[in-house]
Amino acid sequence: MYVAVKGGESAIENAHAWLAEERRGDKSVAELSIAQIREQLSLAVNRVMSEGSLYDADLAALAIKQARGDLIEAIFLIRAYRTTLPRFGTSEPVKTGEMSCDRRVSATFKDVPGGQVLGPTFDYTHRLLDFKLAAEGETPDAPAREAGPGDVPHVAEFLGREGLIEEAPRDEAAPPDLTREPLEMPAGRALRLQALTRADEGFTLGLAYSTQRGYARNHAFVGELRIGAVPVEMEIPELGFAVEIGEVVLTECETVNQFTGSKTEPPQFTRGYGLVFGQTERKAISMALVDRALRWQELGEDNEGAPAQDAEFVLYHADNIQATGFLEHIKLPHYVDFQSELELVRKLRREVADNRTREAKE
Amino acid sequence: MSDYNFAYLDEQTKRMIRRAILKGLAIPGYQVPFASREMPMPYGWGTGGVQVSAAVLTPGDRFKVIDQGADDTTNAVSIRKFFERTTGLETTTSTAQASVIQTRHRIPEAALAEGQVLVYQVPIPEPLRFLEPRESETRKMHELEEYGLMHVKLYEDISRHGHIATSYAYPVKVEARYVMDPSPIPKFDNPKLAECPAIQLFGAGREQRIYALPPYTGVVSLDFEDHPFEASKADHPCGLCGAEDSYLDEVIMDDAGGRMFVCSDTDHCETRQAAGHRGKDAA
Repeated sequence: MYVAVKGGESAIENAHAWLAEERRGDKSVAELSIAQIREQLSLAVNRVMSEGSLYDADLAALAIKQARGDLIEAIFLIRAYRTTLPRFGTSEPVKTGEMSCDRRVSATFKDVPGGQVLGPTFDYTHRLLDFKLAAEGETPDAPAREAGPGDVPHVAEFLGREGLIEEAPRDEAAPPDLTREPLEMPAGRALRLQALTRADEGFTLGLAYSTQRGYARNHAFVGELRIGAVPVEMEIPELGFAVEIGEVVLTECETVNQFTGSKTEPPQFTRGYGLVFGQTERKAISMALVDRALRWQELGEDNEGAPAQDAEFVLYHADNIQATGFLEHIKLPHYVDFQSELELVRKLRREVADNRTREAKE
Repeated sequence: MSDYNFAYLDEQTKRMIRRAILKGLAIPGYQVPFASREMPMPYGWGTGGVQVSAAVLTPGDRFKVIDQGADDTTNAVSIRKFFERTTGLETTTSTAQASVIQTRHRIPEAALAEGQVLVYQVPIPEPLRFLEPRESETRKMHELEEYGLMHVKLYEDISRHGHIATSYAYPVKVEARYVMDPSPIPKFDNPKLAECPAIQLFGAGREQRIYALPPYTGVVSLDFEDHPFEASKADHPCGLCGAEDSYLDEVIMDDAGGRMFVCSDTDHCETRQAAGHRGKDAA
């Protein structure tokens, strides 16, 4: 006997209760604090802040805890929270040239004013599991030295003085805000960069990698990668001048890419640009490569039909919150549509069978 | 719940959505871009419908949510609960008593009336999407009323299968102008779109589009003179209420593949049973 399923409500509540229990895990193991996540899983926190488009390490850590370490779920929590916040206004453009750099490397020059600063990087670690960490030993303090003066000039400026790299003139137009306006094509560079900085790290990495393997290859060098804190200033209308309202850590990557020039333009390097919240250098480099690939039209390059050149393809599929929602919605009931397909397939099969019988008789 | 505004969205956002709805009503079938917000439920789970409902609900409304025609499917339960918490409104399962109905994949069996609003959740608002993946191209095709590709697709179906092989999300033409995706309702429901006394609003959150059918709008399912549109359903009566004319779900009953057919619209089925109608499988 069929009884229409009732009680969806209590099933949902019970599922939530079980989820909460699983999130906590074995209660004989100490619970993680938000501060522990913020301090010891800081790269996860950075990713959640950058793709969540909200610079708040404590909230990102809370989201990671609530999401059981599922970073896309954590990003979703942050986005859903962010959308409820009022927008007060726009900050002044941050001056990354004045960044107090924790890390700053250039792959195009052996040395540059401001120096090469490795900073806290995995780059030259040997990827050997450190079993000492499992024994909960304390980490010795790293040697310290006086911070260098801020104001480290961008490497691209040196190339710019000789006209060797395309100019990047300051654009005074207010950039659009894709969290307040629908993303419509064609999208200008400011809008593309905005979409890329919150794009899924894995998707951006895959696209960037595809350009390196020949799908719209653009010969990128990391002209400069820098990570550090910059002050954020905002003009307060009542005051009439800009005041510092806080500080954010950013990763900035500027790539130097080949460009053959044209009949009117002498050969010149071109740029790709990545700027991401927190220490997120894989993402920032990926972003710069994809940005450069998307600029094929304005630089007079051929459309090779490569995925990374296709702004609609890239921008409409780069957001992991949109992607995961739509992907996972196929778990929802679809039996009404499936029923209509069932009826259709049965009807078509019946007709084929009837035709066969008729032909056999003839 | 006092932490959030009535119906969750702030008034500025509601105003932005209402403007898109008004524009949609003024140009029936045209997809209006809107700045869809991140909602506390995932994209693809009804965020477009939820935002439209949030923008049209006012104190005094009676809200009903259905998914697959049923009030008790998990996502319908979840969305109804969301609005109960954020609006404090009374909800109902009765189609006749609801002033706003949010739906996924069905149009209720009971005829809708003037003053009611039916809000559809839409996954892919663009009827031409699977013929042309580029949004910049499909918008141009709508501008130029260039719908030949769609007719070619339907024709190819007929030449291959003998029938138009689209059984849900069956494309319609609105007031002889825009080709529109009616959302993934079974084509059985298509005739109910036309000349409907209620307002019909369509919200696609992830795709950032809203479109609308004002009351009594002409809506025609695409077809050919020699292959006219046909609304189809399983050829059975409902096992519980005996209805001959309602859309049915097929339920597998046992390991041997025994099955029965029941109304997909739970309110319709229960109302009929309460009025004394019985199907062959009713207890």
